[in-house]
Amino acid sequence: MKVAVLVKHVPDTETRIQVKPGDKKINEEGVTYIISPFDEFAMEEALLLRERLGDVQITAVALGPQKATEALRTCLALGADDAILVSDPAFEGADAYVTAKALAAALKGGNYDLILAGKQAVDDDAAYVGTAVAEFLDLPVINLVTKLEVNKAAGTAVAARDLDGYSQVIEVKLPAVFTAQKGLNNPRLPALMGIMKAKKKEIRTLNAQALGLAPNELGAEGAKVEVKEMFVPSKARKNKVLTGAPAETAPELVKLLAEEAKVL
Amino acid sequence: MDFTIPEDLEMVRRTARDYFNDRILPVVDKIEEEDEIPPELIKELAEMGFFGLPFPEKYGGVGIGELGYCLVLEELGAAAPFGNLIGAHTGIGAMSIYLGGTEEQKMKYLPDLCAGKKIAAFGLTEPSAGSDAANLQTTAVRKGDKFIINGSKQWITNGNIADVIIVYAVTDKALGARGGVTAFIVEKTFPGFKVGKIDQKMGLRGSHTAELIFEDMEVPAENVLGEFGAGFVTAMKALDVGRIGLAGGAVGGAQKLLEMSIQWAQQRVQFGQPIANNQAIQWMLVDMATKIHAARLMTYNAAWKMDQGQKCTREAAMVKLYASEMACEVADMAVQIHGGIGYMKEYRIERAYRDTRILKIYEGTNEIQKLVIARELLKAGK
Ligand SMILES: Cc1cc2nc3c(=O)[nH]c(=O)nc-3n(C[C@H](O)[C@H](O)[C@H](O)COP(=O)(O)OP(=O)(O)OC[C@H]3O[C@@H](n4cnc5c(N)ncnc54)[C@H](O)[C@@H]3O)c2cc1C
Repeated sequence: MKVAVLVKHVPDTETRIQVKPGDKKINEEGVTYIISPFDEFAMEEALLLRERLGDVQITAVALGPQKATEALRTCLALGADDAILVSDPAFEGADAYVTAKALAAALKGGNYDLILAGKQAVDDDAAYVGTAVAEFLDLPVINLVTKLEVNKAAGTAVAARDLDGYSQVIEVKLPAVFTAQKGLNNPRLPALMGIMKAKKKEIRTLNAQALGLAPNELGAEGAKVEVKEMFVPSKARKNKVLTGAPAETAPELVKLLAEEAKVL
Repeated sequence: MDFTIPEDLEMVRRTARDYFNDRILPVVDKIEEEDEIPPELIKELAEMGFFGLPFPEKYGGVGIGELGYCLVLEELGAAAPFGNLIGAHTGIGAMSIYLGGTEEQKMKYLPDLCAGKKIAAFGLTEPSAGSDAANLQTTAVRKGDKFIINGSKQWITNGNIADVIIVYAVTDKALGARGGVTAFIVEKTFPGFKVGKIDQKMGLRGSHTAELIFEDMEVPAENVLGEFGAGFVTAMKALDVGRIGLAGGAVGGAQKLLEMSIQWAQQRVQFGQPIANNQAIQWMLVDMATKIHAARLMTYNAAWKMDQGQKCTREAAMVKLYASEMACEVADMAVQIHGGIGYMKEYRIERAYRDTRILKIYEGTNEIQKLVIARELLKAGK
């Protein structure tokens, strides 16, 4: 079986995001990058599929600048067999639509039985690419998957989705696209040996030309949406001090934490 | 000159850090309290590859060399005080086999040691042979195809859990360090091998040292490590490597203390302002950071030199000397910046202060490092 995993290299969730005034993207200086956490679930699921089914070939695919190879190296260290970097300066300014189109072009003809992606990337939270890739490839998509079972012989998969208040179990004929939701699995860290072995594995780079995409399909020109403005909201912090006897303030505090701060 | 750490080693370091944060930090207090590292944790560390870091892949190692090994120990040093468990296993125990062993011995022992299926120890020190390591009293006498070893070792890290122990014994008293000491690969199952008392230490909880007793212990002649009579040379070579790794751990531990101290200084208010506003405190932070920086660069440089196959006895001794002094000074300043809370058991500063102190003593006391450096200086004239 062949499984493709889509991964995005995103700023570490612990990074303090900064935007230079007037810019329409974040200031990348000093930012450390990670694999988007939902994509880690997708990658882990591919590894689990291989452990369960045996013969599974895993290809990790990322769209991004050269630096995004780091995300692919991590996938290779985890156990992906090979990797594809979709990269071209012309992608600068691409939106999720262009990204999905390019990724679909890179996946086309790869004969993947499953395409796994995160339900959304934690940087732009578009929650769009997995679904759009399926659309471009004319494949079924099941989003927000929390359980996945593949029946190799029948060429089908059964996926469970936890929705608000109920769960759904869906069977689908492969090939298909699945997007991973938290709860699907517990991603592992790469074994150190894997990191060194990953050095010897291949990362193919595909540029726009190799994908057969025309200039007007790329970057800002091909995008369907345009970022108008980007800024870090000023934090008007409202401190609240409760006074009175603990027996009275405690329930009030719990109420505020639950309803206003929404941390409970 | 390019000081960039290669990308793969950086990734190993990041993975190690994530792993230690995830799996070790939550249990360090428990380890301190119970003086025991959970066996599952050791198993996991082994599966991740932490027991075979510097060794080539063909022996089952991760193949990241001394530099990669130092980077990982740096991360471990920041998380927990038991880097010396790995240090004794990898840096001097298994390293003795790697540096001194025959190809056959390496193939036989290293894969299990790298996989952490077996734990190694390095048995040099004896009651009468500390700094004067050549004054060993343990003897090995040939009898047919075996050697009979008698004597004892003390304060051997991992002694109580080791499966494979490198035992240094006298095979020719007259020759002494110059050909009279032989190293043996001893398995704990060999007849006549016994673990004696397990020591109560000032710190390093979770890691144990033990006395090893050999009573007519039988060791097959094929377990002479490398060449007969070359034991002392092997021990010194292994210690060169061990010292650089030790420095890596010292740097990591100190870095953590610096970060904790900065945080505390900015948070603790006295006289109406954070204590970090006082130049007296700032200068301590400056001294800490500057010395850490120096020790780190010295460590990376020595490790890199070793990976290039260059002899670096002098550098290894300098790095061990400087990094351990630095770590103790940093720990002392960290306690000072924290004030009373730095002296309390509930906070990790007090623990670090105790754990750091050993760095000036083992793998050769700092006085012995000076002796080594002086010898090298006088020999080379520069
Ligand atoms: C926690 C711990 C773990 C250890 N693990 C191991 C292990 O795994 N394997 C192993 O083989 N050993 C191990 N050791 C032993 C350690 O290596 C020795 O303690 C160390 O080498 C010093 O020897 P000593 O304690 O006998 O001190 P001594 O040699 O008695 O030294 C006492 C003092 O005299 C000084 N001194 C001695 N000779 C000179 C000189 N010529 N010039 C100037 N000053 C001198 C020393 O520097 C020191 O300050 C461990 C020790 C400890 C405490």
